[in-house]
Formats: sequence, structure tokens, C-alpha cells
Amino acid sequence: MAFGLSEEQRLFDTSLRGVLAARVTQAARQAAAEAAGDGTFDAVLWTALTELGLPGLLLPEAAGGAGLGLADAALAAEALGYHAAPTPFLSSAVLAPLALRHLGDPAAQAEWLPALAAGRMRVAFALGALAGGTGSCTLRRDGERLSGEVAPLVEAGGATHALLALPRDGRGEGLALLALDAPGVALRPRPGLDRLRPLAALSLSDAPARLLPGDAAPVLDAGRVILAAETLGAAQAMLDQAVAYAGQRRQFGRAIASFQGVKHVCAEMAAWLEPCHAFLRHAAAAQDAARAGGVAEARMLACQVKAHLDEVGRDVARHATEVHGGMGFTELLGLPFWFKRIAGNRQLLGGPERCREEAAMVQGFAA
Amino acid sequence: MDLALSERHRALQASARDFIARFGPLSPPVGGGGGRRRPDRKALDWQALLIEHGFAARAVPRRYGGYGAEPDVLDAAIITEEFNRAGISLGIQGQGIRMLVPTLLEVGTEAQRERWIGPTIRGEVIWCQGYSEPEAGSDLAALRTAARLEDGQFVVNGQKIWTSSAHFADMMFLLCRTEPDRPKHLGISYLLLSMDSPGIEVRPLPTMTGHPTFNEVFFTDVRVPADQIVLGRGEGWRVANVTLKHERMLLGDAGKLMHRLHRLRVLLAETRVDGEPLLAKPVWRDRLMRLQGEVLAAKYHQMRLLGEAARGEESGLGLLVVKYYGSTLAWRLAALAVDALGEAGLVYEPHDDLAEDDAATAWYADWMYDLGLIIGGGSSNIQKNIIAERGLGMPREPKIQSGA
Repeated sequence: MAFGLSEEQRLFDTSLRGVLAARVTQAARQAAAEAAGDGTFDAVLWTALTELGLPGLLLPEAAGGAGLGLADAALAAEALGYHAAPTPFLSSAVLAPLALRHLGDPAAQAEWLPALAAGRMRVAFALGALAGGTGSCTLRRDGERLSGEVAPLVEAGGATHALLALPRDGRGEGLALLALDAPGVALRPRPGLDRLRPLAALSLSDAPARLLPGDAAPVLDAGRVILAAETLGAAQAMLDQAVAYAGQRRQFGRAIASFQGVKHVCAEMAAWLEPCHAFLRHAAAAQDAARAGGVAEARMLACQVKAHLDEVGRDVARHATEVHGGMGFTELLGLPFWFKRIAGNRQLLGGPERCREEAAMVQGFAA
Repeated sequence: MDLALSERHRALQASARDFIARFGPLSPPVGGGGGRRRPDRKALDWQALLIEHGFAARAVPRRYGGYGAEPDVLDAAIITEEFNRAGISLGIQGQGIRMLVPTLLEVGTEAQRERWIGPTIRGEVIWCQGYSEPEAGSDLAALRTAARLEDGQFVVNGQKIWTSSAHFADMMFLLCRTEPDRPKHLGISYLLLSMDSPGIEVRPLPTMTGHPTFNEVFFTDVRVPADQIVLGRGEGWRVANVTLKHERMLLGDAGKLMHRLHRLRVLLAETRVDGEPLLAKPVWRDRLMRLQGEVLAAKYHQMRLLGEAARGEESGLGLLVVKYYGSTLAWRLAALAVDALGEAGLVYEPHDDLAEDDAATAWYADWMYDLGLIIGGGSSNIQKNIIAERGLGMPREPKIQSGA
């Protein structure tokens, strides 16, 4: 584990960031935020990312994927977070592919993996039942049919399918995957805090679903690492913007960046963020290595890296906004897109308290 | 840590475990109180054993008395992790070993390396650092202690302050002004001098820990052979920056943080309140887990930096944040420990340099000593200036116009 990037990773990162810088403009974010209200998404961006192979990153080459690992996916997530990109990467390129790879039978894999790799299948998710979620979930299972309500459904804009965690008391825990155009499925877009990650409420009435039984912890943990990577990218973007803004904004006859009060806040943000890069790389690599042993260590790292970036991200989001003064509070510079992305990530797949408690359990510190 | 270790690294891990199992009982006690005593016989023997087996001075070349392994980040991390987990001493950690030796390896002459590296890594020669002065603290380059060349010797006059270990050190690496006519950063030289030299007076400074740790050092016509200069006259600031780079790593050392986290976990598991261990109480557990996340970030960050250093890459911002991050985190780890000790921990009985402190006193001493480390080696406020200006490229504070 060298903590640096391989030559392939460097090239991939550069080309991804190039595409994002060109396409994810402030106007594109604004348009995606407005489109979220009617359940659509930035299909042009998703097509561009599909050309780069993002949806199939974690899928085997036989299914049209790139056969890469979570270390590569985390790198992509960091870049997506840096640009506050409106894409269903977490669910469609990480959670659903891993759920099918770990828990799906060969028939389910053959049916869905190629569609995922091609970017045609986009999956919204509601996994609160796995991770102490506070959302509503009244799902009941009857054979391979589901009924009930679940909200919030996340990354719902432009989704074709949904990945759901079944509640423990709803006759069997585990995951289920269903097509949103199946009979008995009703999807209602809901306004969200982070309008670049659209939400919906899902009602099911005897809707056909494919069950994915087994231990879903590896899927959950991979998602946590991806959220941490996104938060790291987003927080880094906020710090970079704060430093740049402070260099331009003049008060009392000089750039505010020359005041220690401003400098010290930026230095603190850098001191919190900088060590997160290596932590994240290691936690992501641990997921890839977990199957060769070290499962408990990989679980602990995934929980702790999510919790840690939830905390660091919140502090950076606050202070970077503050350095911008009133401009940070307005939507004129677009800063709230990053602020809300970080705020939303904190609550998904288990907040920091939940993640720390799971980390304590896998280390035997808690019953 | 077990992830994806190569065959060679697994072998090192196995040999560290084997060493600990065979020799662990010979380890001197670990932890508590900062570097405030000369290594005793037990510590010296332990250090020799560590070097012989490649667990100390591992990457110091054999011709200077080290083990002579290729520098390898993961080697160092594996050794630190195994020793910390077993609660076994990693050997002597003073300013000589952690700061002067790497400085000499980087910029010393062959003769200087041959003369001082061996005895230093063995713990036979203890060093102190002559940097800060009463009027040159955060503004270190304003230092006034002067040396003039006279008959092939530097003659030193002046005063240093906050000098850790000076009361038992054998040698000092000293910053002094040898070129009074040159601009302040360019008039400084870096000398190596014996603390036995006539004209040196060491006065201990009482501090809040109650342990003798800091001193004032006075120089009156102290003579230093001219070849005991590192690099040349006026190049002392450059050498000091080499040393400071290593000091920043030392003061933010993740190995210390990991070891302290381990001790803290044991303390929370062993401290029982209302019939159950503190670790079983969610409020205490969450405080520990939050610190664990911060320590993990420091741990992997340090591995990244060591890797970059081994490859000869500049770490820039990554290196600049280490002292601030690590020293404040170390203090907060000790702060949770003193909270866990509660009112029983208020009995505070610091011993002189020879006796071991009880556990509660040691935690409180760590907690207070670490505040000293937050201040020393470039205080947190100075670190933040450095991070912002050198790391983030933010502008310096405008100079005050004098005579207004």
C-alpha cells in the first residue's frame, strides 16, 4: 500500500476530472437541481460518465465492466464530490453492482450486470433498515412480492430500479431489487435538502421483487467508504474555494487571506482534511483485500472513515462557508451545493454515531 | 494492517512477534512523563538488543552503527504496531535519535556521522536542542546567542531557554549568530557542542508538571572546535529547517498516538464505575471511538509521508500539518484519560527523574506535558501560519511600518 496513485489511476483521475470540470458547471448543477423535482436527472452527464466506464467500474469484464476495485471507485467518488456532480454513482455503480455480485444468484447477475455496466439500469436505494435509519419502512414480504411504503428512496432521479433493505420484522432481513416500471409500484418525487441527490417516496402493492439474501454488510461498508470519499472531495473543494475567495476579497485595504483570523481557520481545515486522504485510500483498499482475510479490520475501517469524514466534513463545510462571508450563505457562488452534499452524506447509510458503534462492536468493545 | 502484506512484510511481522515473545520481558516500562531521565542500564541494554535485531535504527547505515536496512515505510509501521500492541518499548526516542541523527545523515560531514551517530543511536550520548531564546521564540531567526571564531574555535556567549533534557544531556545542537552583519536568516550557524564545556550553566525551570523537563542554559565564552559546525557559516537556518522537518514528525508522531490510544482503551476497560467498565458505557465508548478515527487518519497519513520521503518526493502541505494535528490530538487523548480517572486521579505525586510515577500521575503529567509540546517546536498559532502561508499559499501579514 503505497498511498500514491498508480499510473493507470492517475490517468483515470485526470480524464474524469477533466470531463467533470467541463460539464458540471454551476448552470448544470442548477438545472439538475430544478429537474430533480419532476424525477428526472442529468442524463447527458451520466452518458459521458458511462463512456468513461464509471457504471461498470466494479463489474467483471465478462459483464462489460472494468473489473476494478473499491480503491478505484473511491477515487472516482472523490472527484464526483469535488465537483458536486449530480449522478447516481453511489447506488448504480457501487451499491447495486456489489449487492448483485455478493448476494445475487447467477440468473440475477446475468440479467442485470450488463445493463448496469452499460448505464441503462439506474438504481435508487433505501437501506435505512440495515443501518439504523430513521426513514419510514413498512415493507412486508409475501414470497417474492413486496407491499408497503418506504421513504426516503435516495438517488431516485432517473432511476429504473430500486434496491431496498427489508426490515427485520418484515419476514426476513436482506436486500431486494425491483423494477420501478413493474405493476404495483408507485414513485413520488420528494423535495430534498441536497437537490443533486433526488429523493422519492415509494409505495408497493404486491410488487414483484428479486430477493438478495445473505450478509449485506460488505455492500453497506462499500457504500460508506464511497460516501466518505465523496465528502472528502466536496470538503476539499470547499476549502480550495475558501482559500481562493479569501485571496481575492479585499477589506481594510488588503486581501482577507492576509488576516490571521482567516488564515488560521483555513489552516485548521487543511489540518483536518489532509490526513483523511491516506485514511480513505487505506480504508478503500481494505475493502478490496477483505476477501483475502481481515474482514473485521475492513469493517472497522469503513465505519471509522465514514464517521470521521462526517465530522470533518461538517466542520469544513461550516468554516469554508464562513470564510466566504455573506456570499457563502447566498446561492450566488453555488457554495450551498457542496454544503448540502456534505450534510446529506452524513445521514446516509448510518450517521457517525451509528458507524462508531458498529466499529466498536467489530473490535469487541461493545456487546 | 494485515491487509495485503507482502511475503517479506509478513516475515518481518512474524519476526517482530517472535522477538516480543522471546525478549519482551526485558523491555523497560513504556509511557508516561516525557523524556525526563537518562536511559538507565536496562534501557541501554534494550536499545542494543533492538538495534541488533533491526527494530531500532533500522534504516541507519551499518557503518554508522545502525542495522542497515533499506528505508521502508511499511517496515516501520509494522514494527510500531506490533510493539505498541504488546505494550513493549520501541527504544530510546530523544531529540538526538529522532532529530539530530536524520539531520547528520542528510547534511553532516562523514567525520561527524562517524563520530556521533553510533553513540547517539545506542543511547550513550544524549542531545538537547539549543534553539529558543527569551526574545526569540516563535520568531526563532531573531536569536542573539553569538559565536565568534577565535584561534580555530567558536566562542559562544548568550542564553537559551525551554531546553528539554539539558540537565542530563551530553551534547547540544545549537543555533547561534556567527555573521552579525548579514540578514537575520543568513547570519546563523548550527554548532555541535559538549555540555561539559567550561562556561555552560544549566538552570532548571519549574513547570506545571512538577517534573524537571525544561531548562535555561547560559553560555559564557564557551569554546567549540571549528569543525563542529554542520554545513558552513551562515547556513544554520538551512540545517535548522532540516531538523525542524524531523521535529515536526516527532512531535506529531502517529506511533505515540496509537500507543496512547491503546493505553486509553485499556484504562477505559479497567476502570469500573457503578459496577461496569467505562468502556461498556456508550458515552465513554463514543468518545474513545471518535478519537480512534482521528488516530487512524494520523496513522495512515504518517505512512503516506514516510513513503513519500523514501521516494524522495516533497510532501508539502501533508508534512506541515503533522505537528499541529498530532500534538493537539495527543493532548485530547490524555484528556479523555484524566476524565476517566475522575476524582481519584486528582492525587498527583510526580517523582524526580529516577522513580516511576503511578498511573494517574503519569496520565496527568502526559496531559500537561503535551500542552508544552503544543507550545514548543513552533506553537500551534505559528504552525497555522506556516500551514496557511507555505501549504495553502496565503499571503503573509503585512509588515508593521516602524516610526509611525
